Amino acid sequence: MSFDSASSPTLISVRGVNKTYQRGNQPVPVLLGIDLDIALGDYVSLMGPSGSGKSTLLNLIAGIDKPTAGRLLIGGVDIAALPENDLAAWRAANVGFIFQFYNLMPVLDAFENVELPLLLTTLSRAQRREHVETALAMVGLADRMDHHPNELSGGQQQRVAIARALVTDPTLIVADEPTGDLDRQSADDVLNLLDRLNGELGKTIVMVTHDPKCAARARTRIHLEKGLLLGSDNEAAH
Amino acid sequence: MQSTQSSMQFVYMLRLASKNLLRHRLRSLLTMAGIAVAIVSFGLLRTVVDSWYAGAELGSAGRLITRSEASLSFRLPVTHADRIRRVPGVSAVTWANWFGGVYIDEKHFFPQYAIDAASYFGLYPEYVIAPDQLSAFQRERRAVIVGRKLANKNGWQLGDSIALRGTVYPGTWNFVIRGIYTGADDKTDEGLFLMHWQYLNERVKAILPSMADSVGIFIVGLHNSNDSAEVSAAIDSVFRNSLAETRTETQKAFQLGFIAMVDTILVAIKTVAYVVVLIIMAVMANTMAMAARERTREYATLKALGFGNDFVWKLILAESLTLSLAGGLFGMLLTFPVSDAFFQATRDLFVVFQVEPETMALQFASSLLIGICAGIAPAINSTRLVIVDGLRAVT
Repeated sequence: MSFDSASSPTLISVRGVNKTYQRGNQPVPVLLGIDLDIALGDYVSLMGPSGSGKSTLLNLIAGIDKPTAGRLLIGGVDIAALPENDLAAWRAANVGFIFQFYNLMPVLDAFENVELPLLLTTLSRAQRREHVETALAMVGLADRMDHHPNELSGGQQQRVAIARALVTDPTLIVADEPTGDLDRQSADDVLNLLDRLNGELGKTIVMVTHDPKCAARARTRIHLEKGLLLGSDNEAAH
Repeated sequence: MQSTQSSMQFVYMLRLASKNLLRHRLRSLLTMAGIAVAIVSFGLLRTVVDSWYAGAELGSAGRLITRSEASLSFRLPVTHADRIRRVPGVSAVTWANWFGGVYIDEKHFFPQYAIDAASYFGLYPEYVIAPDQLSAFQRERRAVIVGRKLANKNGWQLGDSIALRGTVYPGTWNFVIRGIYTGADDKTDEGLFLMHWQYLNERVKAILPSMADSVGIFIVGLHNSNDSAEVSAAIDSVFRNSLAETRTETQKAFQLGFIAMVDTILVAIKTVAYVVVLIIMAVMANTMAMAARERTREYATLKALGFGNDFVWKLILAESLTLSLAGGLFGMLLTFPVSDAFFQATRDLFVVFQVEPETMALQFASSLLIGICAGIAPAINSTRLVIVDGLRAVT
């Protein structure tokens, strides 16, 4: 699928976003006046050294944290203004999460882990089964549905997490260091999957990574340092 | 549609809660065992208290007990019997004295009464005795009738000679067993040792003349058990302003009076029962706090995926309740064999020993309370969990 960020509508619009944490009585600014647009269908990597604010920005975009100031419009919804319950419902419907350490429920098997977000939908049991089987087949784990996380390798666990992220067919997928805990081969498998999600399914992906090889797979690379946006480059520019 | 979604989530939550319990099987098993032991102890201690009162509850309301107004340790002249018999509403009168002898040593205690052989069993139809044994008892001054349970315990048979060392009445007293009574039902006390009051009185005349012709209590039968209050008042009015004033009450009230003497002990036992529940509550609260702390990242993940605070706190509470109810129900089931074994070991102390439905209801309520109290703090904490902090938690 060809992608042109200039012609695609904006999915994420970050305007004047500040984030300051409180450490004791000491305010610690993490993001300073971030302005950013991400187009629908883009594949963005957020890069920067530790403490640059990239994970904080990802958390704000995913709606699991709130900015101290500024606006965060995603699909036209100002998520910073949403009450807690509405924000949770918004996340369930619009965001798929991929974490560095997979964050699967250890007591649930692969099928049940992938089914988890579907419990927040109105799908019937049969429909849920169909969705879960499709998602697990897409990540190549159709034969591992009844395996528990401790029976799967790290790469397989991350693929289950990807299946969980895509099973509700969200517009946006956020990934925080998705290959940070994997060997090279497993990391490549995961990145290939993310490529497919973006290229074939048109998912907008925002990924935090330290790894330049990993970042190179994204269409757009955004660099942060000390809470400031240094700039971005995309493959169209190359 | 919303309710379908809610019930779907509820079922999933219960599955997740029960699966979480299997994560640390040993920890869950030990906690469950602790709860079960606490619930058994609670049930057993309450049953001990209930059984203490049950003895009094069994006292027939159709019988009155007349004793000295001054104190139970003061005696009444046996001549009161004729005057009591003439009170309207009275159908029969008999009497008994506490003997208080020692068989072998103090550890072999059993209650002994000197009774009026001619009239006593007419007022106690629950003591079933063969007519020939009763006749043999009535014919012989040194004869005694003993309960089946007491005879079995000591290996006594008809014709056996029994020697008691008197404490209230000095000297060695020799008796011959001429009858063994059984209870009309399993709630009747089969542990009594009953001798002739006339035999006692004969010897008392010789050794303690001042105590002769006196009795400890009169047992009064009624034509109509509904008249107990009026008849009691009438009996006491007969002896008012005499040298031996009386106090008459139902047998049940009389026995409850004895229990009141050990009321402090019973309150202590009840308190211990509740303290046991409190202790296990604290232990389980610690277990749940540990479990919730270990799962901080999972709770944060659930919240990130879109599950609300209510799903997470209910999940924690469901886990706590599943654990406490599983342990509690096991404890409730275990209470029956344990209380049976306890009853067998302490048959001399209790006439009946039954786990009452109220005790079981309290056991269930305690299990529920343990689960709620243990889970409430981590459940509340989960609602305050900030997702990004939870995702960073090291587990």
